[in-house]
Amino acid sequence: MSAISSRQIEALIQDDRVHRSVYSDPAIFEMEMSQLFGKAWLILGHESQIAQPGDYFCTEMARQPVIVARHEDGSVKVLFNRCSHRGAMVCHEQSGNAKQFVCPYHGWTFETSGRLRFVPIAHNYGESFAERMPEFNLTPVARVDSYRGFIFASLAAEGPSLLDFLGHMTSSFDDLVDRSPSGEIEIAGGVFKHAYNGNWKLVLENHNDTVHPAFVHASSVFAAGGPETVASTPVSDISIRQMRQNGAPPDVWEKLGLWTAGPGHSYMGDYHDDRRLVVGLNNPVFEEYAEALTARIGEDRANDVLSVHRFNSIVYPNCSFMSQFRQLRIVHPVSVDRTVVYTYSFRMKGAPPALFQDTIAFGNVVNGTASWVLTDDLEVYERTQKGLTGQLSDWVYLGRGFGDDRPDEHAMVRGGTGTSEIHIRSQFAAWKNYMSAGSA
Amino acid sequence: MSAVSSLPAKPAIAPPAEEATARQAERFLFQEAWLLDHSDFDAWLDLYTDDAVYWVPLEAGQADPLNTHSLMYDDKRLMQIRVRQQTHPRAHARLPLSRTVHQVGNVQVQDTGKVGELTVRSTLILFEYRKERQRSFAANVVHRLRLQGDVWKICHKRVDLINSESELDGIAFFF
Repeated sequence: MSAISSRQIEALIQDDRVHRSVYSDPAIFEMEMSQLFGKAWLILGHESQIAQPGDYFCTEMARQPVIVARHEDGSVKVLFNRCSHRGAMVCHEQSGNAKQFVCPYHGWTFETSGRLRFVPIAHNYGESFAERMPEFNLTPVARVDSYRGFIFASLAAEGPSLLDFLGHMTSSFDDLVDRSPSGEIEIAGGVFKHAYNGNWKLVLENHNDTVHPAFVHASSVFAAGGPETVASTPVSDISIRQMRQNGAPPDVWEKLGLWTAGPGHSYMGDYHDDRRLVVGLNNPVFEEYAEALTARIGEDRANDVLSVHRFNSIVYPNCSFMSQFRQLRIVHPVSVDRTVVYTYSFRMKGAPPALFQDTIAFGNVVNGTASWVLTDDLEVYERTQKGLTGQLSDWVYLGRGFGDDRPDEHAMVRGGTGTSEIHIRSQFAAWKNYMSAGSA
Repeated sequence: MSAVSSLPAKPAIAPPAEEATARQAERFLFQEAWLLDHSDFDAWLDLYTDDAVYWVPLEAGQADPLNTHSLMYDDKRLMQIRVRQQTHPRAHARLPLSRTVHQVGNVQVQDTGKVGELTVRSTLILFEYRKERQRSFAANVVHRLRLQGDVWKICHKRVDLINSESELDGIAFFF
């Protein structure tokens, strides 16, 4: 693979269009893994997944296996899941609790801090091996930090702090956590892992694309609007309502807000909310929940919290979440044309248990691998990827709302209307910076 | 006399149904598979009671459909919506529809002790073909059948895919 120069990279990204090779060229994908996923803060999960000392889960950063563990001193460790001896993964379970990680190959034993504690027949590895053991600790990931319980890590030793990286996107995490009557949330309810034969960027571009629902989801809007020949049950209420929501008239989408922040982040605000989705169903559980929230933080503050109407928030390049609906998606690039997205739901501690059942039903329709809605998104990602392999036309047009972007408070930029492609232009501006930094 | 027949029988979880009933239930499952494989979805829906549940759990041994996600957890209304979606001209993931073969085997029919109700355990091997790609799935399946008048209907179907927890591409067909 020949190196791609920053001049070549810059030529691929123009103000309102990008070259198709950013989605289809394997060499560019490899460069993304080192320059972008190798440098940005990546979300790994939530502290509730490792609540107790010894708790751990395994994930990947830029395709490299890592262990995220709670050490006995309470700190969060992110370690390369690779034995320092011959390279075997020292942990193969997706999650669990362990006092130590023992390599299956030759028994090298590591603490959850990564420290090499014990090597069988250590004397055979050389006379001074006992002194050299610290050289063989599991390699820690360069930087680890968290914001309100969300664990991030960066493979790069240098770079902006997590808070600087997030900028005003912190407010979306605040929105998610502040809604909890106890101020605490936890991941619960299982993990969907949906995969598609397309580039990782396609899913991040789609989540805040407000024109796609009317077309991509036309069939589920139609089907959910069909005659009610059997009674719906609590199981179907939320699913049907969310499917129909995608068929909102154009002015609903035009009027909502699209904001971009920092390096490639964005969120969709002023969209439909829990009150319309859940209270609209005359669900008494929501009132019970709102009372619990009010009891803890007071009426004014509770009204403030519940009046935030955010839908998708994207933290570029691997995080997309829905603060008021308590969904998190983590994007895992596999290859230039293969991506897997892990999705999680959050339970608000202290909220009525039945409210979490709404979250589960909502997640089933929004993130479910067999959902009426998501399957059409996946199909369109794949068709886009196929289309972008064509060599007769090189440019991908991102001009919706171009020229109307305007600066807003908190160092954000807002799209002229809610149907702008501002979030994609912002992603590619960040992409260009990551990809051209530090190269000739 | 073969050695196998001298082994002690494993205790059955529930007593087997009478032979004639068992044959009837088995044919019923074959008929369901045939309807799905020949895209007769309206007739397929008719096999289900109005209060039916169609469940494809996400997790192995999942006990709870309400507090844990499911690949599918449908009441009859949501099943109808899946079928209706397939008829729309912009049903992108369903045009063309997947072609399937549902191979139903290892059928064991158990008497529930309730008049007019049966539990049927089976295994499903499913091949799906769509757009130059063939996939295979394997599942343990439990049907609960209820006699309505003189017709058996499905009031609960649970499909435990052996790979339900794995990374999966979109699923836009019925198990």
